[in-house]
Amino acid sequence: MGNSLNAWSEALVGFNLLGLPLGLIILAAIPLVFIALYSLTYGVYGERKISAFMQDRLGPMEVGKWGILQTIADILKLIQKEDIVPTSADKFLFVIGPGILFVGSFLAYAVLPFSPAFIGASLNVGLYYAIGIVAIEVVGILAAGWGSNNKWSLYGAIRSVAQIVSYEIPAAIALLCGAMMAGTLDMQQINVLQSGAYGFVHFYLFQSPIAWLPFLIYFIASLAEVNRAPFDIPEAESELVAGYFTEYSGMKFAVIFLAEYGSMFMVSAIISVVFLGGWNSPLPNLGSLALNDWTNGPVWGAFWMIMKGFFFIFIQMWLRWTLPRLRVDQLMYLCWKVLTPFAFISFVLTAIWEIYVP
Amino acid sequence: MQELDTIGQGSVRVTRKSDKLVILEKDLATEQMVLAMGPQHPSTHGVLKLECLTDGEVITEAIPVLGYLHRCFEKCCENIDYPAVVPYTDRLDYLAGMNSEFAYALAVEKLLDIEIPRRAEFIRVIVAELNRIASHLVAIGTYGIDLGAFTPFLFCFRDREIILGLLEWASGARMLYNYIWIGGLACDVPADFLKRVREFVTYFRPKAVELQELLTGNEIFVKRTHGIGIMPADVAINYGWSGPMLRGSGVKWDLRRNDPYSVYPEIDFKVVVPDGKHSVIGDCLSRHLVRAAEMEESLKIIEQCIDKIPSSEGFNSRSAIPKRIRPKAGEVYSRAENPRGELGFYIESDGKSTKPIRCKARSSCFVNLSAMKDLSKGQLIPDLVAIIGSIDIVLGEVDR
Repeated sequence: MGNSLNAWSEALVGFNLLGLPLGLIILAAIPLVFIALYSLTYGVYGERKISAFMQDRLGPMEVGKWGILQTIADILKLIQKEDIVPTSADKFLFVIGPGILFVGSFLAYAVLPFSPAFIGASLNVGLYYAIGIVAIEVVGILAAGWGSNNKWSLYGAIRSVAQIVSYEIPAAIALLCGAMMAGTLDMQQINVLQSGAYGFVHFYLFQSPIAWLPFLIYFIASLAEVNRAPFDIPEAESELVAGYFTEYSGMKFAVIFLAEYGSMFMVSAIISVVFLGGWNSPLPNLGSLALNDWTNGPVWGAFWMIMKGFFFIFIQMWLRWTLPRLRVDQLMYLCWKVLTPFAFISFVLTAIWEIYVP
Repeated sequence: MQELDTIGQGSVRVTRKSDKLVILEKDLATEQMVLAMGPQHPSTHGVLKLECLTDGEVITEAIPVLGYLHRCFEKCCENIDYPAVVPYTDRLDYLAGMNSEFAYALAVEKLLDIEIPRRAEFIRVIVAELNRIASHLVAIGTYGIDLGAFTPFLFCFRDREIILGLLEWASGARMLYNYIWIGGLACDVPADFLKRVREFVTYFRPKAVELQELLTGNEIFVKRTHGIGIMPADVAINYGWSGPMLRGSGVKWDLRRNDPYSVYPEIDFKVVVPDGKHSVIGDCLSRHLVRAAEMEESLKIIEQCIDKIPSSEGFNSRSAIPKRIRPKAGEVYSRAENPRGELGFYIESDGKSTKPIRCKARSSCFVNLSAMKDLSKGQLIPDLVAIIGSIDIVLGEVDR
């Protein structure tokens, strides 16, 4: 079934021009282009508007109607800026840091199923790959922080590495609960298994009485993995100025910024795929009112997937503009003494549920 | 405090158990790093510089470096007439200009020994208390930012804006008022001013509760401030602390009560001290709670003043202002309760000149900040930020 759903993308893969796998390149580029557009325009604009709404402000209003072109104006400004490399910085690391960060946050998009007919690479270890590839970001952060030759950057980088590496454990175990319910690591297959006539009832979040626990654990851990509040201690602006990107300006800063928004959508997409059915419509069939059938399909799939992603991004922003920041030791306490044990508990309980309750 | 002293040696690893720092390992061979925090750091509230000696994230020593905003206030005062000092006092604690003017006016009036009209006294108290609320709103809002909560800051500024609007209506300026003059006021308040102030009081009460729910109702906020930067009452007194800082340590000391001036003796209000139920007495959370509760007390004071104020009929705000201020030879020290503590003015006159021969300001935040070295020892960098925020410094007053 999964293969037939992939027919469209596989046809594109077969498209070669002058011996070049052009179709494959286009296929890989589409999500990136979409996400880049989303990240830069709607992500940043959305964040500014949502925070403005929460804080009794208007937010950007000048450029275009309701300021919708504000981000484009910002990008144009950032492109024109001088590309400054501090004299005392380690130039190689300083330049390569944002690049690694950017690549790390976008590599996971390859395995995200955006629609029944569209996935960059339908790996049979997709989830494993998505969990693992995030760790590349750590290298970029460390390179940026160390290469800047700035004490605040160093603090930010070291905090960040400790945080991301620690939080990968509860995050991975929580995702494993979902993988256990599916019996596969293929992200497209996980979605297919959550399809059904009753819509949201088939989602893994509602398929077992303990699924909310790994869901919650992964959501919290993913906030820490992408350095969002209340876990934004690597870039804590009131403590570490701007953390590991204190010295960056111009387009390098924009790339780091873009990577952050890219990561935000990535973790939101992963949590929707594993626990909330990814591209499946949440609407159930009600007798002759076949809502589920009407709202499923390749195009609807992309719609639901993006909507679910946006929903989690909205929650991330909501939290960011509401909560204060944790302290470093409290962050580690939360990871190792709260989230990790509960992740193990949910893992065992899910295993018992899957074995004894069919 | 005994345990903390050993941390000064460096090379230790500490952890925090409930309120205490527990030393895990001693004599580790780690390298200490000198970290210059400020003067352009975002959370030193201006141009304060802290030279920190850090061991990892633990501060072994933090020394405040002052003077980036020094403007020779005291020397300037020796070269200008008494009334001309008033605008300079606005620039001391620029978040509470009315209170600074009030303190200075009180000092010179004490030197001249003059009575001012009763209505002027009430207006002074009303504008000073309004400014106290505005100042506490900034303190609470920026404290939220220091801990990473951005939204309460904008809620605070939204309400502060209304106060600034009211004060601008009365005096013509938003922050640097030059409104309270020696012997009276620059002018009477506008016709509907008191009505609008009363409207503000009814508007602000629920907003203050909402603000408190957003901050102290938040688990993370409490975790970040509870038991951090504890200052015992006796040490606080020895350091000469005053204002919300001293009251946060549990000492019931408020100059409006203990050394009353103006019309404060006629007004019923509470001196707020932490009850120790929600916070450890003397920690950052206590200071925050004291400020929050003081806003409510200020609202009460304003309401009572509006009830008691004499009508404006036949009132001339400048009736008691001397034509030429030339006090008899002598010296005076007068103090007033500012949002940040005791602001005192020591003024000396030689009896011949229209200029003070010495005018010394005893600044509240400067004295409060002097305890930084004690408070910061063995804290983590995020806690240091929390402590600076709870001291609520205004560099204009620290450096003068």
